[in-house]
Amino acid sequence: MKSKQHLKEKIIKNIFFLSSLSSILFLLGTSFILFKEGLPLFREIDLKTFLWGKSWYPTYNPPEFGLLPLLLGTLWTTLGALIIAVPLGVSAAIYISELATPKIKDYLKLAIEMLTGVPSVIYGFLGIVVLGPWLQNLLDLPIGLCALTASLLLALMAIPTITSLSEEALFSVSKEYKEASYALGATRWETIIKVTVPAASSGISTAVLLGMGRVIGETMTVLMVAGGAAVIPHSFLQPVRTITATIALEMGETVVGSVHYYALFAIACVLFIISLALNLSADYFLYKFRRTSR
Amino acid sequence: MVDEILQSKNDLKMQIRNLNFYYGTHQVLKNINLNIKSNAITAIIGPSGCGKTTFIRTLNRMNDIILGIKIEGDILFDHKNIYDDDIDVVDIRRKIGMVFQRPNPFPKSIFENIAYGLKINNLTVNKGELRERVEIALRGAALWEEVKDRLNTSALDLSGGQQQRLCIARALAVQPKVILFDEPCSALDPIATAKIEELIQELKEKYTIVIVTHNMQQAARASDFTAFLMLGELVEFDITEKIFTNPSQKITEDYITGRFG
Ligand SMILES: Nc1ncnc2c1ncn2[C@@H]1O[C@H](COP(=O)(O)OP(=O)(O)O)[C@@H](O)[C@H]1O
Ligand SMILES: [Mg+2]
Repeated sequence: MKSKQHLKEKIIKNIFFLSSLSSILFLLGTSFILFKEGLPLFREIDLKTFLWGKSWYPTYNPPEFGLLPLLLGTLWTTLGALIIAVPLGVSAAIYISELATPKIKDYLKLAIEMLTGVPSVIYGFLGIVVLGPWLQNLLDLPIGLCALTASLLLALMAIPTITSLSEEALFSVSKEYKEASYALGATRWETIIKVTVPAASSGISTAVLLGMGRVIGETMTVLMVAGGAAVIPHSFLQPVRTITATIALEMGETVVGSVHYYALFAIACVLFIISLALNLSADYFLYKFRRTSR
Repeated sequence: MVDEILQSKNDLKMQIRNLNFYYGTHQVLKNINLNIKSNAITAIIGPSGCGKTTFIRTLNRMNDIILGIKIEGDILFDHKNIYDDDIDVVDIRRKIGMVFQRPNPFPKSIFENIAYGLKINNLTVNKGELRERVEIALRGAALWEEVKDRLNTSALDLSGGQQQRLCIARALAVQPKVILFDEPCSALDPIATAKIEELIQELKEKYTIVIVTHNMQQAARASDFTAFLMLGELVEFDITEKIFTNPSQKITEDYITGRFG
């Protein structure tokens, strides 16, 4: 009887182990396929031409596969989104965690949670129908679909992530730190700015990095609203093209095994490496945060 | 006897009058009347849950940050009610410092822990003065010699006893008149406890001290006056020696001799 029970436990344990192992297998499998299909590009063009290439003209003769315009398009829209989303997201988190009454806090948290669930295609839609034309009018632009439009919408998508994770980090700052601050004659603001936020800073960094990861990997919205020009951006009012949008647009029209096909995998590898680095640094900050917050 | 000693008003740093305290509808302190003498140590003893922490936190308005509390009565500090409308609560908390049950240094460097209070209260003008005041505070808490070579390392790397002395130094730095201690040694080993007790004795010369403790020996050997609280009521308040040798209430005697608690 007992050994039967034991066996059952062992089997269950192994099933769980295998399912946890599967996530690692998926990660390894994904990176294997990406690199297997991406690396052959460098039989055709050398790494330097790829990394420093200033033009992406896959259908020209001869074609050019320069990473820079796409990478900069991605970084440009992401940077723009973060410039907007970080101050707003962190301020919102401070308000919810430290200032709001419990009732308002509940409503806001609910609203933010619902915001997380909005499919990105809807943001794209809003961008094309509302935000793009509005910006075009306001700033007197030749075209309303540009890096700024994308950044604004991406910021909307990053804010829920940044807010809810920062709020969690702020909320888990030990009450004892705040009490110590008040007991020294600090005001609420001084306590928030000089004690609570610094104590949560690594948790907030995690939030920002994960928000950034969300933005950098976002495809649908940027595909719809960023304008789509694969040129090196010089201003936020210019149309740009991101890595994700390029893959989504062009993958369907390439021939498997062509140089273009390999090039799309190669830029996917670049995106994959960036995302991985973001997630690893987010984990690092999270680890640091868990160690200092009691 | 205690009334005679605490007669001269000039000697009284704080006076608590008809104090009632409620968390929501739950009354935790019931009509407390107590005088706290300047440059003396007043101990608050009583079984756990009797309201000691709540009581001591009414003295510097730390309970204000809890939602849904209600407070009645007067608490005079230098003959002025700290619950009056025209009182600046931030100023009260600077003048009436507090050391908590669990050492709670900020996750900052040792130096920054002390400098924090000085900075927010604008108590120093330049860097040199700031360093000086930090050193004075650390010396005041008998910690300077142990940390002077590592002022920029994290306060969280100190031992528990050192952390608690850092918290005392932090409180001293903003030049309070009164220091409240809420079971400051309950998380510490006997050696660290002895150091803190010795320190509190020294502090009495310059400051008025109120200390909550559940350690009878500590109250007996370290305080001048003792208040015994039970179920939110002040059962007995007297000179410490009297409380521990000849209490007027039977229940006080039962408590201090360890018959319950
Ligand atoms: N924040 C709070 N909210 C509601 N009730 C509390 C709170 N803090 C303490 N109490 C209650 O008040 C009573 C006294 O607590 P406390 O002052 O901490 O006692 P002591 O320090 O003597 O152990 C206890 O019954 C406790 O449950
Ligand atoms: Mg207590």
